[in-house]
Amino acid sequence: MQPAAVTFSDLTLGYGGHPAVHHLSGTVRKGSLTAVVGANGSGKSTLMKGIVGMLAPMTGRCTVQRGLRMAYLPQQSEVDRSFPARVIDIVSLGLWPQRGLLGRHNSQDREAVLQALSAVGLEGFDKRPIDSLSGGQMQRALFARVLVQNADLILLDEPFNAVDAKTVIDLVALLKRWQSEEGRTVLVVVHDLELVREHFPEALLLARRPVAWGDARDVLDAGNLLKARQFHEAWDETAPWCEPAHDDDHTKRAS
Amino acid sequence: MTWIFDFFIAPFLEFAFMQKALLGALMLSLGAGPVGVFLMLRRMSLTGDAMAHAILPGAAAGFLLFGLEIVPMTIGGLVAGVLVALGAGAVSRLTIQKEDASMAAFYLIALSVGVVMVSMRGSSIDLMHVLFGTVLALNTDALVLIGLVAATTMLTLVVFWRALVAECLDPLFLRSVSRLGSPVHFIFLGLVVLNLVAGFQALGTLLSVGLMVLPAVSARFWAHRVETMALLAVAIGMGSSISGLLLSYHLSLPSGPAMILSAGVAYAVSVLAGRRGLLLTLRPRASHRTA
Repeated sequence: MQPAAVTFSDLTLGYGGHPAVHHLSGTVRKGSLTAVVGANGSGKSTLMKGIVGMLAPMTGRCTVQRGLRMAYLPQQSEVDRSFPARVIDIVSLGLWPQRGLLGRHNSQDREAVLQALSAVGLEGFDKRPIDSLSGGQMQRALFARVLVQNADLILLDEPFNAVDAKTVIDLVALLKRWQSEEGRTVLVVVHDLELVREHFPEALLLARRPVAWGDARDVLDAGNLLKARQFHEAWDETAPWCEPAHDDDHTKRAS
Repeated sequence: MTWIFDFFIAPFLEFAFMQKALLGALMLSLGAGPVGVFLMLRRMSLTGDAMAHAILPGAAAGFLLFGLEIVPMTIGGLVAGVLVALGAGAVSRLTIQKEDASMAAFYLIALSVGVVMVSMRGSSIDLMHVLFGTVLALNTDALVLIGLVAATTMLTLVVFWRALVAECLDPLFLRSVSRLGSPVHFIFLGLVVLNLVAGFQALGTLLSVGLMVLPAVSARFWAHRVETMALLAVAIGMGSSISGLLLSYHLSLPSGPAMILSAGVAYAVSVLAGRRGLLLTLRPRASHRTA
């Protein structure tokens, strides 16, 4: 049994007093590849932000193993497409964890950047200005940046948005190689359930509360999906306050 | 060929005040150009304008206490500029109000306070001096100050270049890999205030932002990369300074506005004829490539 890369203990994350991830407990094993699935508003992105540390828990804890290098590709990247940068500039940002503010980018770094570009199918795009890329090409460039970051824990929030089918297959193959050959821990928010069943060993099904977590095919069975569907997105202003006493059943379900 | 010498060189050889004005303006262009480029790329060009107004009450306080002296007016301006930047930044970070709104509120208050303070003691000539500056009256103190600011700006830009670019290009990413995200924003605002204060003596509060913004927005039409854009902005700033001083000398125009107006001409030319300017963008293309 691998040690935990990320541990959730009764984690509740949310905005303005309303939970978006409700009482999640469990662990993400080191070297696992997990799909995070669920409807819109079920807390997938919020969970990612919680792990990265951009959102503080309302209750409970989310601990990432010390010393793990993290790479995070947000759902809505805030890349300024009008900025006068080339593709290579934005992918080179991924060198930051190694080179920092002042470290020189050497020829090896450059090589790594070009390799990452070719891995996502953007060979020869290095000198192109970023405002000339299509939406899907931009997404692939950002994926290449994640590659360059060379992290141990990789969090991807809907990385396949606007990416064509062939490239999705290539990228998924890449993910699987990271996990199986290089032992990285990968968490991916995905909407395509078929893709999850086919390629992801594990899945976490969220409906604000964790519905199921484990082997991907088991998690995505009809019963669990039905349970998840009963969740409704509504933001209930007058929802009663969550009392610790009757929470036990949710936490158990997740573990 | 002597007319070239008479027109371009002689004014600077003959008069010490022209030399000082030239030196001051060239050093100002050196710092203001790159800062202006980042200001523009962060869509903060108007923030620069607002900050320029915000230094007025500080400068006015120095003026009230010590008269038209550069050191107290500069320190006052710095303090006021930093206070307004931090105040507006704090309001936008801690409340629902966005930074453009809080900045507008803060600078309007600062500007009115400043004008009231200047008129409490000075004449309308003093007010004109504070608002529009006098590049031809730059003394050694002012030149030293401008030189220090230019050097500080260069050094800070070199050290923080990568962070500044990352913060413009993808702020969320920078936050995920580094704790520099917020500090670099404030370091940058500090540079803006510093350069505005340096330009204040020469160009006044209303126009000191001109040497920052106009060369940068002109360079945008020619350059594809931040580095070249910054260099080009410096060149345009320096060219406008020289041209403005010469115009001012030969045609008896007010020097500060003549410099900014020269930069304005550079902008007009760039909008029309730049590599990404109107003429080339609107030109109908008869042919296209196969891929």
